[in-house]
Amino acid sequence: MTTPTPEPDLRIGVFVCHCGVNISQTVDVESCRDFAAKCPGVAVARDYKFMCSNTGQEQIERDIRDLRLNRVVVAACSPLMHEPTFRGACEKAGLNKYLFQMANIREQCAWVHDDRRLATEKARALINAAVRRVAVQEPLEPFEAKINSATLIIGAGIAGIQAALEIAEAGHPVYLVEREPTIGGKMANFDKTFPTLDCSACILTPKMVSVSHRPNIRLRTWHEVESVSGFIGNYTVRLRRKARFVDPLRCTGCGQCISHCPASRLPSRREILLGGAVMTEVLPPSNGDGPHRRSWDTSLLHPEAQTGTGPEQYSHEIVSDEEIATDLEKFAQPRRKGPSPMQRYLKLVSAQAKMTEEQIGKRRTGECTGCGFCTEICDGLVGATAIRMAVIGKDGKGKDIRRPFLTSLEACIGCGACAHVCPTGYLDIRDQAMRRGGVKDFTLGNDRAIYLAFPQAVPKVPIIDPLSCIHLQTEGGCGVCQNVCEPEAINFDDREEIEEVQIGQILVSTGFQLFDARGMAQYGHGRLDNVISSLDFERMLNSNGPTGGRIRLKDGREPRAVAIVHCVGSRDENHHRYCSRVCCMYALKFAHLVKDRTSAEVYQFYIDIRAYGKGYEEFYSRVLDEGVHVIRGKGAEVIEQRWGDQSDGILHVRCEDTLIGKVRDIPVDMVILCNALEPQGDAGDLAAKLGLSRSPDGFFLERHPKLDPVGTVSDGIYIAGACQGPKDIPDTVAQAQAAAARILATVSKGAVLLDPIKASVDHDHCSGCRICNTLCPYQAISYDAESNVSTVNITLCKGCGTCVAACPSGAINGAGFSDRQIMAELEGILV
Amino acid sequence: MAAPTTDYAYFPGCSLESTGIAYDKSLRAVFRALGLGLHEIDDWNCCGATAYMSVKETVSFAISARNLALAERQGPRDIVAPCSACFLVLAKTRRFLQERPALREKVDEALAAAELSCECRARIRHPLEVLVNDVGIAQLRAAAKRSLRGHRFACYYGCQMVRPERYFEPDREFPMAMDDLFRALGAATVDYPLKVRCCGGMQMVTNEPVGLDLTQGLLDCAVSLGATAIVTTCPMCQFNLELYQDKITARAGRDLHLPVLFFTQPLGLALGCDPAALGFEHQVVPVPGDSLTLAEAGS
Repeated sequence: MTTPTPEPDLRIGVFVCHCGVNISQTVDVESCRDFAAKCPGVAVARDYKFMCSNTGQEQIERDIRDLRLNRVVVAACSPLMHEPTFRGACEKAGLNKYLFQMANIREQCAWVHDDRRLATEKARALINAAVRRVAVQEPLEPFEAKINSATLIIGAGIAGIQAALEIAEAGHPVYLVEREPTIGGKMANFDKTFPTLDCSACILTPKMVSVSHRPNIRLRTWHEVESVSGFIGNYTVRLRRKARFVDPLRCTGCGQCISHCPASRLPSRREILLGGAVMTEVLPPSNGDGPHRRSWDTSLLHPEAQTGTGPEQYSHEIVSDEEIATDLEKFAQPRRKGPSPMQRYLKLVSAQAKMTEEQIGKRRTGECTGCGFCTEICDGLVGATAIRMAVIGKDGKGKDIRRPFLTSLEACIGCGACAHVCPTGYLDIRDQAMRRGGVKDFTLGNDRAIYLAFPQAVPKVPIIDPLSCIHLQTEGGCGVCQNVCEPEAINFDDREEIEEVQIGQILVSTGFQLFDARGMAQYGHGRLDNVISSLDFERMLNSNGPTGGRIRLKDGREPRAVAIVHCVGSRDENHHRYCSRVCCMYALKFAHLVKDRTSAEVYQFYIDIRAYGKGYEEFYSRVLDEGVHVIRGKGAEVIEQRWGDQSDGILHVRCEDTLIGKVRDIPVDMVILCNALEPQGDAGDLAAKLGLSRSPDGFFLERHPKLDPVGTVSDGIYIAGACQGPKDIPDTVAQAQAAAARILATVSKGAVLLDPIKASVDHDHCSGCRICNTLCPYQAISYDAESNVSTVNITLCKGCGTCVAACPSGAINGAGFSDRQIMAELEGILV
Repeated sequence: MAAPTTDYAYFPGCSLESTGIAYDKSLRAVFRALGLGLHEIDDWNCCGATAYMSVKETVSFAISARNLALAERQGPRDIVAPCSACFLVLAKTRRFLQERPALREKVDEALAAAELSCECRARIRHPLEVLVNDVGIAQLRAAAKRSLRGHRFACYYGCQMVRPERYFEPDREFPMAMDDLFRALGAATVDYPLKVRCCGGMQMVTNEPVGLDLTQGLLDCAVSLGATAIVTTCPMCQFNLELYQDKITARAGRDLHLPVLFFTQPLGLALGCDPAALGFEHQVVPVPGDSLTLAEAGS
């Protein structure tokens, strides 16, 4: 290895930092300084306690001026931490900041070694490398990029909403993208918020409405981010609008479509009953290939379908599938004269709307009157021809007794329209969750195929669930909503669309998802009735929810005792090691609300109560005073005690009460699990699209845990809220506001200076082989056929160096990372 | 009977020659009925035993590893260990030898002294898992000659098979393999919430009141759910649950007598084995005689 002869006018200054004791306790800083002083080209070498301090920086500036230094090396921490600091000092003293190099002797040396002698040796090698590299560095000029003032916000929960409002308030455009049909996020599910017990809706919905009214917030609900390209100030984003089937520009939110829709979306696991027997089972779609329906009770088949002969030979004998395949022609009735099925259906719905609940209740005897509404809707509106009346005998007055039957096992599409119009409940819909162990649909929205996610949804535009919609499932049936929609907002031909937007900065506020407690079989969620997750309980508490805010067991009873089990999936080596931070407080809120709304006893099973926020400890004391039992011990398991075939039992929560040192077994009626907060299931996909890093727990990684919690390693991309880590509402809002401030600061500057670390092609040496074109991950290199050379588009180039390494002609140079510089650095380490 | 498609090495362990002899008889009968080979390891010794492992760890690993080495010498077959304790110790030994080179070195040295060596290739399997996965519930159902209709089992898995080695993931805390098996064979199973709770283990010998408390809970739950028998996968569980029923009935003040079977016994009945070959004569709490004469499958 040859020692390079330093250029004669080379004057390098080397500054070695002690970093308090961070470096100096493992590395002999003084000896490193003395070593540096002897390196070729070094004019001065100094050490100091804190190089990043004012005094340290001033020393660098003074030496540049007084000793006419033309290169600077600082041996200290990671460049991620303080490279900008020292580059700034160089610039202040008039030295081009790219003539500065940093040697990381803290994170990559002092902190990871114990042996002082070896660590010192390594620090010297790192300094030597930096000195040799800086000697061949060249001055570069940063280039200016204009900032597009528009901002993209991904995720419209409370964080996204808050940030959007802040930025819009300052007068700048925002694209607020939300993948759900409505904005509001998780907070929209809550009834009360801790510790003040503010009504969640009262503080959230005004903000949601405000978002929809601001002309410079462009709301994009039911959209996904498809791809992102570009760099700070100049991003191009492709957004995918999913089919909504309702035109938001025409829809007035009147709700006529919802009140007339005959098809059921919920419960998603349902059975349609005919005279108490299961006619059709509807299960949620698996693999997105449409709802799975099953009709299986052959005794419900129409007598003609069963025997192929007249109704008088009606029998309940089970017949084979072949026999069932009778000609459907047989059931085709001559069309009735008079109003169309649509007109008759609408008349029926409006007549029902005028009835009182009491009147409706009186009619619901469960006995068939032979009215024929079910066959009429199934034939005329749905078009499935799945139900047909048959005469099963004569009544006392000699009149025919008619009852509905299935025409075939395949005909029913499970829409539930027949049950919707049946006045007596002979045809009915039953929630399969009412079977043992079934998990109920806890949702705030209406149960029709066309639905609003919840009554305060923004935008207040319904959406059609294509898997439940009769029209979309039968290709042409029903269409009631289209008929009743005066503004003609229903569009069954709606298809997804791609929109391309130009924006300058991006805020990611995609929130969290709830840990699925079915992964912890010991708690029995999904197996035991009345073991429910925290978010489901929030919905139950919500006055818009399935129980109207009443706390009820699955069978409708009020619980006598409720257990709240903390840390389900959090602080658990088998699942998530971290603390989810919000559970203790919402568990206390639950306890208060259970006490408030029922006379049940409440037992909290906790590891530690973490009531760390403003007013939190006071809230804890208040809940204790209300007589809530708190038991220090993680809930070990939930066991159901039953006797014989009894359908419902008592739940027992077992735990080791660590305060009294005994195993306890508390009987309750309901168990609420405090599920962990975890990263969104597709956080990795978004991270890949945006070039974000994630911490080991899967949440998006901030640039610095303390000093830049909303920034990311990608300039111009920020994170806020629970996508960065579990967080309560105040912290989420604070982060959203912080991110908005950062975004506005950049917008107000109008332009940013970018590192000129980019690739460039030397056209004299380029052979036009085009290897680099395909390798470039950012599609930044294009080929010009006429001159037979490739060219790098520096606005797209990220300076990754792939092309530099791959070019067989050595024609591509990476500014700031030339082959010469890299080789000099390697030599410095190896000699 | 089809020719044996799969061969297994068989490690009975001490229990299956003494208190759990019914397990040995019924297991052999079931494997024979299904045409599965079961080759007892020649000159096998103690599995290493759970308690010994905490006293002299390295020695106990060496003792345990001798069985693996002997099995390997007989041929490359998975080792079937019906006793949950043996299963656990052998599986743990195999895993530790694979993961810890320092331990492996010492154990290899000990084995070499006996002119043995061990590659640790053969997997340690519990017969329940072998039957459910290698044969399959559908196949077992197809092979059944008689229906278990009328029986109402509490399926009890105990802890050692399911928990430490995570054998039945993801259902480690609530396994369903045996429940699914017996339901497929026509029996009813009660939703037995204590299916993996401790049977009392060795506490029954060293600290009887604690052992009795634990066993009483299991019996009480099964009786109150209306089970006709508890079905187990482990000789120690079976022993603890069956032998102390008089004592437990006395201290509980109510009748907690219930037959406790090995899962291979009712399975053998369903597969059409001769009831006399399934070891029912060894039951302390007798099985009602009429329940041994079962209806033909499908009737």
